[in-house]
Amino acid sequence: MVDTQVVLNGQTIAYTAYTLAIISLMVWFSVIVTKKGKSSKVSTGLFYTWVGFLVVLGVSLHIATAHTIPWKPLDLHRADIKADKVFDISVENHTFHLPADTLYIDVNDLALFKVTSNDLTYGFGLFARDNSMLCQMQVVPGHMNDLLWQFVKPGIYTIRSTEYSGPLGIQMIEKDVVVVR
Amino acid sequence: MSFINTLMNGEQAAFKPDTQTSMQKIALRFVVVGLIYYGFAVIEGMIMRIYQIEPIPAIPPDQFFGIMTAHPLVGIFGSTYSIVFGAFLFLVPFLMKKPIWSVKMANWSFLMIAIGTMVFWLAGFITHYAPLYTLYWPLPADFDQFGPVGGAIFITGIALVMVGAVLFVINIFKTIMYTPEGWEKQPAGALLGSALGVSGLKNLFKKRKEEHLVSLPVAAIARGTVDVALNSGIILFTGVLILVYMVAAIFGHSLEHSAIDALLYKNWFWWGLDLVADGLVLIFVAGTWYLLASLITGKKIFMENIARAALLLELVVSWTVWSHHLMSDQAQPGFLKVFSGEMVTAFELITQGLAFFIVLATLWSARPLKMTNPLKFLLGGLLGFALAVPAGIMQADLGLNRILHNTQWIIGPHVHVAILVGLTMTLYSAIYILFPILTNGGKLYSQKLANFHFWAHLIGGIGMGAFMGMAGLKGMLRRTIYFEGEFNIYMILAGICGALLLFAFLAFFYNIVMSVGVNGVLGIFKPSKFETREATPAE
Repeated sequence: MVDTQVVLNGQTIAYTAYTLAIISLMVWFSVIVTKKGKSSKVSTGLFYTWVGFLVVLGVSLHIATAHTIPWKPLDLHRADIKADKVFDISVENHTFHLPADTLYIDVNDLALFKVTSNDLTYGFGLFARDNSMLCQMQVVPGHMNDLLWQFVKPGIYTIRSTEYSGPLGIQMIEKDVVVVR
Repeated sequence: MSFINTLMNGEQAAFKPDTQTSMQKIALRFVVVGLIYYGFAVIEGMIMRIYQIEPIPAIPPDQFFGIMTAHPLVGIFGSTYSIVFGAFLFLVPFLMKKPIWSVKMANWSFLMIAIGTMVFWLAGFITHYAPLYTLYWPLPADFDQFGPVGGAIFITGIALVMVGAVLFVINIFKTIMYTPEGWEKQPAGALLGSALGVSGLKNLFKKRKEEHLVSLPVAAIARGTVDVALNSGIILFTGVLILVYMVAAIFGHSLEHSAIDALLYKNWFWWGLDLVADGLVLIFVAGTWYLLASLITGKKIFMENIARAALLLELVVSWTVWSHHLMSDQAQPGFLKVFSGEMVTAFELITQGLAFFIVLATLWSARPLKMTNPLKFLLGGLLGFALAVPAGIMQADLGLNRILHNTQWIIGPHVHVAILVGLTMTLYSAIYILFPILTNGGKLYSQKLANFHFWAHLIGGIGMGAFMGMAGLKGMLRRTIYFEGEFNIYMILAGICGALLLFAFLAFFYNIVMSVGVNGVLGIFKPSKFETREATPAE
């Protein structure tokens, strides 16, 4: 099952490979452009091939993620999807107000977090015990902020504000309050 | 020459400020102040790097966030705006071979930006006003956390910088369009059309192509300057809005925060901020690359018409990409997230990719080239954007943004690599190539220091971005403090790379001071002996 960690691992591999390739290209270019030899013009065919490659790359990334990252279509169509569990959460004075001390969710359930702010702009994120982030959203005052998420593995998560809301915001951590069983 | 003699009079006493025109002096004033503010930003950056390893007891969290608020603003407005505006106020008349429209206005731009930056920096330092550069509503008007007086001074400082930017805009466009005294009447409308790309656009549909009246670098400067104007308007308007709340609070009245819709405000403000990040920076950088490539090779730019068209496309794209900053805002319409956030943003991969290819192809056509300082820093700048733009495209994806937004990934591999490696190395390349032109034959003090500057900056910049990115992928957030050393391995490594950046800057600054001498630096700030508004002295 594709989860946050799988996607992040994929991204790490892809971006690292790209980084090594582009650094190697620039090193090669730097060496060759200063070496003795006859100057030559780059063909326009190569240029237009490059343009085509960039177009394909830019578009295909989003098409690929739409078909491989499960929460992307879930997020876009969340208004039409019925959640298994709904949690109404409010935030005020740099404090989360949860509907219960612990929020229990069953594995593979769709959980909807509906978060409202009564004063500032905050963030809402779920973090595993190793501090890795599962998912997040912004919490904007005067608007409904809802995040639909399918939990595919058991685990215990901390809620933390993921947006700066002034120096007092650094204490906005509700430890181990989401339990997926 | 003795050390003291070189320190006072510069390398071989080659730089004589009394030979400089007003425009050469103004450009160098901008550069000197820009480098000093860059030093501020680097030191602030190092403080924050240390703080992320171990919070410093002498700096309370509210001061830490005050530093975090000032850091990007000093870096972008105090440093980058200064260096870029100084260079462009010199280059537009220099490349067009006509006098600048107003020397006085150029000086006012310089003063407003230099003083405005000092005002907001001091306000943040003394009062700890810390809503960050994002100013998410209603945080800038949250007077339970921040004092309204400090905030009002801070906002006034930003407003001064924006007024300086507006004066720059007027001066650039007037210089492009006006007819100098004694000259034949200049076609103002046609010059403006060429600078903005209207004539180029018309050419696409005409059999007989019109000649471009302004060169490619001037066209790039003009198009980036459009975004400077729009951005200044947005920030000035927003500043006035916040000031209304502050002034009311100072006089004991509390205005309703809910009078302003936080999401609408966020859209408005990010539209304006993105004119910097995804607009003028990318356009100015591409234009500077083209100028550097043609100066280094002495050849015409490869596929010049396409390069012009790409600059115009970039300008239009910069007006429509803001929503990639609001992909985690659930009330933001899905259409805007997909269309503006994902699709239009992907065009930046194309426009920057085109500029990257065109510059490399131009350099290739002139090989073998000598690995001079301008060339090596230009290649570093190209690499910086080649690394940072794809990182940005990845986070501008609805699926990936859900797990990357506000993590160190955003600020490391994307923002810091783009600014420190891409933008700053491009600016260093421009400084190295313009140095002899601006100083009328000044000599560089030490090539060894220039080499150290290059390698330490390149490795430090890429390394810092990489380790911040690794921490981000492990869940480390930006804009917060970790007290338990949760991400210490990455933060220590990022701190070492940050220290390299600091040493690189110190080496460069020392090299420049020793090149022009203390007397030379002071001489830049004295009035020119020449009456001319020309960029360089008459032969």
